[in-house]
Amino acid sequence: MGAGHTHPLYRVDDSPVHRVPAEVKIVCLVLMVLAVVATPREMFWPYLIYTVLILIVWRLARIPLRWVLPRMMIEVPFVFLAVLLPFAEGGQQLSLAGMHLSVAGLWAAWGIVVKGTLGVAASLTFAATTSARELPVALSRLGMPALVTSMVVLMIRYIDVLTAEAQRMRMARLSRGDSPHMLHQAGAVARSVGALFLRSYERGERVYLAMLSRGFDGRVPELTVGSSRARAADWFALSPAVLAIMTSVSAWALR
Amino acid sequence: MGAAVTAPVVRVAGLRHVYPDGHVGLDRVDLTVAVGERVAILGPNGAGKTTLMLSLNGVLTPTQGSVAIGETTLSRHTVREIRRRVGLVFQDPDDQLFMPTVAQDVAFGPANFGVTGPELTARVADALAVVSMTEHADRSPAHLSLGQRRRAALATVLACHPEVLVLDEPSANLDPLARRELAETLSGLRATILVVTHDLPYAAQLCTRAVILDAGRVVADGATSEILGDADLLAAHRLELPWGFSVSR
Repeated sequence: MGAGHTHPLYRVDDSPVHRVPAEVKIVCLVLMVLAVVATPREMFWPYLIYTVLILIVWRLARIPLRWVLPRMMIEVPFVFLAVLLPFAEGGQQLSLAGMHLSVAGLWAAWGIVVKGTLGVAASLTFAATTSARELPVALSRLGMPALVTSMVVLMIRYIDVLTAEAQRMRMARLSRGDSPHMLHQAGAVARSVGALFLRSYERGERVYLAMLSRGFDGRVPELTVGSSRARAADWFALSPAVLAIMTSVSAWALR
Repeated sequence: MGAAVTAPVVRVAGLRHVYPDGHVGLDRVDLTVAVGERVAILGPNGAGKTTLMLSLNGVLTPTQGSVAIGETTLSRHTVREIRRRVGLVFQDPDDQLFMPTVAQDVAFGPANFGVTGPELTARVADALAVVSMTEHADRSPAHLSLGQRRRAALATVLACHPEVLVLDEPSANLDPLARRELAETLSGLRATILVVTHDLPYAAQLCTRAVILDAGRVVADGATSEILGDADLLAAHRLELPWGFSVSR
């Protein structure tokens, strides 16, 4: 419980990218991902442009490669399936080092890996430069329904409380001689999950009561404490996304 | 009583609360608290202390009887005003602090009651200063100690400028120093305070008047020293002073 206790994906800094209001960054991220996903996969140059755009943003945000690359490993389980596609797909075949690979499968695998990697890279950039506390206000400024915003707020806050509770329950089990091996614990873990669910449900009720008694009427009020609303000039920060969209559109035109 | 006696701020008359499962939480409770008074609500577990607390600001609706704060009687139309005037501080600060930062949480209450802009910022700063938490304004509640979180929870309610402050077990699980710091903070407040507790020494330290609640009824009401000095009365309601502790009458 010390001070320098922040989220593992957030980098404490004050770079130009950090200073961009969170709502602008959310729009930028969504547009960027849409542009990447919409790009035809049978070409390479648009993806090169996207990569350069992300590298430039990393540079501006002072995110070093040795920090971001290990964190990108999170996509490995998701692209794992893509590796199988060249072997599984049919159609025109290609012989490479004694293996018969499907051309359509190769393109599909390339599409999944490159689009997934760029999506993860863009998301990590957002996470590294935006603190969790800016998120709810930014979402409500973008017109997200209050119910969804409240859910995000509560999730961010209580995930830690819940993890700590689960950890305490595990400690209490171990100290009563439960086997420390993950597999042997399965039965006890399953029962703990039930107990944890009930406790969370009750906590949810108490949190709601505490909110009600402070005048909550179903909508999270705009709190001026914290970041300021985006001004017209701040929306200039959308330029990476605009360039990405232009790239995607030209790729379709030149195809 | 002469005219100089201050008007009552809390008037509970014949309050009865029956939970949906038929359990009677409160059974005809009468309680009047004067402006600026500090009252300890004592009683064993399950006596109805929390039910009384939740009834005071309309989170629970009375099955029978009435609750009035100042001149305003609790009803569907006044519940919002009552909630602004009666602040509840819950026992577990994690139930109260739900925003990403302490400052945002402190701003939540007043913002709900329509305070905005520079006044909201000032309210937050003042409330945090009262509980000596100014330097933790931008931290997440998850990274504070229990004593700090309890003071932050107090600030979230103080920022609403309540006339009546109700605290549920404020001293629970605090170390001696945090306990003393909280007592000092509370002693410095001008609001009328009700402390729901079974920590009798804490009640003696903070409150001049004590009320014992048992099985949903008020069974004793008097000066804290009188009540805590009556060992038989305490024993009859599953209360006792800690070993080696005595209250001078």
